Amino acid sequence: MSCASGRQWSPVPDISVVLPSVLQPLAGGQTVLTASTDGPVTVEELLNSLTVDFPILARRLRDETGALRRFVNIYVGGDEVRRLQGLETHVQPGQEVLVIQSVAGG
Amino acid sequence: MGSMSPAESFVLAIGTKKGLWLATSPDRQEWSFSGPHFLMSEIPSIGIDTRDCRTRIMVGVRSEHWGPTVVHSDDLGATWTEPEQGAISFPEDTGAALERIWQIYPDADSRPGVVWAGAEPISVWKSTDGGEHFELNRGLWDHPHRSDWGAGYGGAAAHSIVVNPAGDNVHIAMSTGGVYRSLDGGTSWEPRNKGISAYFMPDPNPEFGQCVHKIAADAGVDGRLYAQNHHGVYRTDDNGENWDSIADGLPADFGFVMLTHPHREGTAWVVPLKADGERIPPDGKLAVHRTDDAGATWRRLDSGLPEHEYNSVLRDAAAVDSAEPAGVYFGTRGGTVYASADEGETFAEVAAHLPDVLCVRAAVVARA
Repeated sequence: MSCASGRQWSPVPDISVVLPSVLQPLAGGQTVLTASTDGPVTVEELLNSLTVDFPILARRLRDETGALRRFVNIYVGGDEVRRLQGLETHVQPGQEVLVIQSVAGG
Repeated sequence: MGSMSPAESFVLAIGTKKGLWLATSPDRQEWSFSGPHFLMSEIPSIGIDTRDCRTRIMVGVRSEHWGPTVVHSDDLGATWTEPEQGAISFPEDTGAALERIWQIYPDADSRPGVVWAGAEPISVWKSTDGGEHFELNRGLWDHPHRSDWGAGYGGAAAHSIVVNPAGDNVHIAMSTGGVYRSLDGGTSWEPRNKGISAYFMPDPNPEFGQCVHKIAADAGVDGRLYAQNHHGVYRTDDNGENWDSIADGLPADFGFVMLTHPHREGTAWVVPLKADGERIPPDGKLAVHRTDDAGATWRRLDSGLPEHEYNSVLRDAAAVDSAEPAGVYFGTRGGTVYASADEGETFAEVAAHLPDVLCVRAAVVARA
């Protein structure tokens, strides 16, 4: 799998990861990060690949152990990954992944 | 430092539940504010480092969503820098994740660049590059007592760090666990709580397990420290070997704050709160108490403070500056910040209606 900051031609469709506005400055201002892949990948593999150049973004999403932060939600195919297989949830080429902070706090 | 020169001014940093406010003043009377910085993130720790001919403000930031981090500014908050790999990050073999930075403590003038940090989970960290990268203190992390340390209401953290001028003698305090001392610069640690009560445990006088809220070192007597405990105010004159109560004369022995004078021996401040059941100033009347004789006597200081105040003052929501006379600053959970330019004799409100104040720090800095 490779990642790119913009869409590139690929025989299989890219996976796109949509960031919330508050995190976009940590990804060079990008709204969407895209990953080229020739098959399904896990959310963990996807995050590892896409955040390698954005280490601060990586820390906002996951802690040092690799765990998803409590109030960070990641949706694959409309379902939050904690209701699926967590970071082991598979993402298919062409799917859109949404990163959304939960409504929490006071 | 001693008296002010015209080339110096004051900086006041206020960390709250929802952001950081910074203020500068030429005279500790009129303050100019900036902020909020890091809006909607809590700021439980601040360190102002005036060594190396610069003013570096280091801030422990914690977002409920995006986690904790440490940032710093060398231009009084105009810009902030966050190290790409993170200033504090648990090594992989620990299996731990940083929850909150509770303390940022610039070391002595003789050790420029050295900054200590205390964090949750209970851990101590040391930086030698001005707070940009910290190393985990393995002696404390691997301590055999670790499994017996507990968590206070706010979490399990090392929240107080005191390093003596020689640098080999380090005291920390944790909630809960009590005071631990290192005589070798942090390589090894032993509990030093003899005389400090842990009334909430079956054995009220354990070797460790106390809920010490804050410790501070006397400015003039080597080996003398003060502690505000979870009930109990104490002093040690023998480097922590024995602690004796100095609570007589205070309206309550509960509280979170312990401040010591930057230059003068025997002078310390506390902010008493009623007790476990009523964590408010006694009778709802807020007052600072100061001793000038190492705790033998205390004097109530409330000039300029409100007649009624039902908010508490948290352990790091108070600070002194290094001027002469020393400035005393504190903030309440109700979001009001008070400042005194005369060691607490008179206070003035410098900010109000902020979110809960978690941390206050003040320093004398070179005027821009």
